[in-house]
Amino acid sequence: MSASRLFYRIGFYIAVVLIVVISVFPFYYAVLTSFKTGTAIFEVDYWPKSFDLANYDKVLTQATFPRNLLNSLFVATSTVGLSLLLAVTASYALARVRFRGRGLLLITILAVSMFPQIAVLAGLFELVRYLGLFNTPFALIFSYTIFTLPFTVWLLTTFMRDLPLEIEEAAIVDGATPWVIITQVFMPLLWPALVTTGLLAFIGAWNEYLFALTFTSSETTRTVPVAIALLTGASDKEIPWGPIMAASVIVTVPLVVLVLIFQRKIVAGLTAGGVKG
Amino acid sequence: MARIELKNLRKSFGAFDVIKGIDLEIRSGEFMVFVGPSGCGKSTLLRLIAGLEDITSGDLLFDGDRVNNLVPSKRGIAMVFQSYALYPHMKVYDNMAFGLKLASAGEDEIRRRVTDAAKLLQIDHLLDRLPKQLSGGQRQRVAIGRAIVRDPRVFLFDEPLSNLDAALRVQTRLEIAKLHHSMNNVTMIYVTHDQVEAMTLADRICVLRDGRVEQVGTPAELYEKPNSIFVAGFIGSPKMNFLTGAFAEAYGCHTLGIRSEHIAVADEGAVWTGTVVHAEDLGSDNYLFVDIGAAEPVIVRQAGKLTIPYGTKIGLVPSPENLHRFDEKGVPAA
Ligand SMILES: Nc1ncnc2c1ncn2[C@@H]1O[C@H](COP(=O)(O)OP(=O)(O)O)[C@@H](O)[C@H]1O
Ligand SMILES: [Mg+2]
Repeated sequence: MSASRLFYRIGFYIAVVLIVVISVFPFYYAVLTSFKTGTAIFEVDYWPKSFDLANYDKVLTQATFPRNLLNSLFVATSTVGLSLLLAVTASYALARVRFRGRGLLLITILAVSMFPQIAVLAGLFELVRYLGLFNTPFALIFSYTIFTLPFTVWLLTTFMRDLPLEIEEAAIVDGATPWVIITQVFMPLLWPALVTTGLLAFIGAWNEYLFALTFTSSETTRTVPVAIALLTGASDKEIPWGPIMAASVIVTVPLVVLVLIFQRKIVAGLTAGGVKG
Repeated sequence: MARIELKNLRKSFGAFDVIKGIDLEIRSGEFMVFVGPSGCGKSTLLRLIAGLEDITSGDLLFDGDRVNNLVPSKRGIAMVFQSYALYPHMKVYDNMAFGLKLASAGEDEIRRRVTDAAKLLQIDHLLDRLPKQLSGGQRQRVAIGRAIVRDPRVFLFDEPLSNLDAALRVQTRLEIAKLHHSMNNVTMIYVTHDQVEAMTLADRICVLRDGRVEQVGTPAELYEKPNSIFVAGFIGSPKMNFLTGAFAEAYGCHTLGIRSEHIAVADEGAVWTGTVVHAEDLGSDNYLFVDIGAAEPVIVRQAGKLTIPYGTKIGLVPSPENLHRFDEKGVPAA
């Protein structure tokens, strides 16, 4: 091996290590801090010294946090379910049904995702109030679905387009209705894409802060990101870093678990264009 | 079994006419082959019959009933696609049973029909496999099996052999012919661009060209009495020899066509003379390419081994009763 190749190889691994450290460090530090109490929190340590579950105990027994977790779970799951249902059917039409104005419609859908959240916040607030959804989880499900749909529809449309036309026609000859084609022929072939888009929608809904803050007002309807931000200490001046870190770790774990479960499918979904066979 | 009638059938995609008025009757139990160059509209015509495309105008009749607006699954057709189009996530059994399940047939009946079809095609040991675990030839059988299970009035094939290698193609061709007989001569419509497939399989051939019917007839009729230069040149291998100019004028026509096996090599009474510029020896036959001064060398087919060396000057005698004379428009001269 020549010296220059060795040099590049070492450089490559240094870069990899740097990237991993930079992306994992904040979470690692949160985990470390979550196990500390009292003034130890303000000491800078890079290795675990204490292992104290008091912060977790505090967060989980606090009146509303478990409730907030359930809210988040309900909102994120419903958003994924609703947006996948709408997106799968919409993308079937956009990918497979020939109709006038299809291209324009696709562009419009993409254009919707250009608007920053803050720009539509006021309008959406009025809408939520008008529909009587204010301070319910449905306000969040509704607004998150609106925001994930363009992306989800686009991605699924691209995947759906790549599915062989003859398979669909074989199903038509076999007597399948569009609904049967979607659910029994296309969905099984689209698993990687569904998992990928579903997971991204889940993460989006799980992390969202601005809408959650605006469309809910009581402690029991809040989702976790808002609940964490509004965690209060014993006095007004005290920021309860310990419980905040513990709560942050708790909300991160489900995402990590989900990604680990589905990682193969995600990779397949992001790389493979369609189904061969 | 069904008799199919096409009456002035037309199809356009937007402003683009693909099928330009086709009148054709496909008899009950017939093996009909649509043949023509790529892009002439064969697949489109088949898909109109299947119901996968809407008919722009004209009538399509199955056993006398107009089926223009009937959905494919109600027409009693089954189709075998070029890419096989098996459902990749279903086992072979489920692939074949899918249509019956959708038609809510009983569990026992489905099992019986699938196993019968699988036995007929000798794929009964593959029923638990996924399509991706099969070879190309096996996938093709499953696709045919899926069609058989539907017990259709009409079988439709769109270039079903084009993804197979040459040896498998010949074998599968034979099996499709056998299938036609073993299924009590169910009506079959078969699309191909390969005239050999057409000649070997068909009861009758329909030659299509640019969205129109060029000629319909038995393989022998098309071979012996082509009613245009197009058909004469399309059917038969090697291609029919065409001579123009002085060669044709000597016979009082614009273009003179003669097949390679209808030219004898003889010095006595030679009509044309020329040099052998190329030769192909197939063992049983051999082809001589003779330059007689026409635009292209004349191909002469001889039985047996090649005996005439390259560069020899020889005389050619066309058989007078096998000459095809065409006028300027490319149709047989009066
Ligand atoms: N869905 C379609 N939209 C527009 N043009 C089409 C469509 N399907 C086929 N065509 C055109 O119709 C012509 C005939 O196609 P096809 O029937 O597939 O030919 P063949 O099977 O004989 O090769 C081609 O020029 C093709 O481009
Ligand atoms: Mg075709």
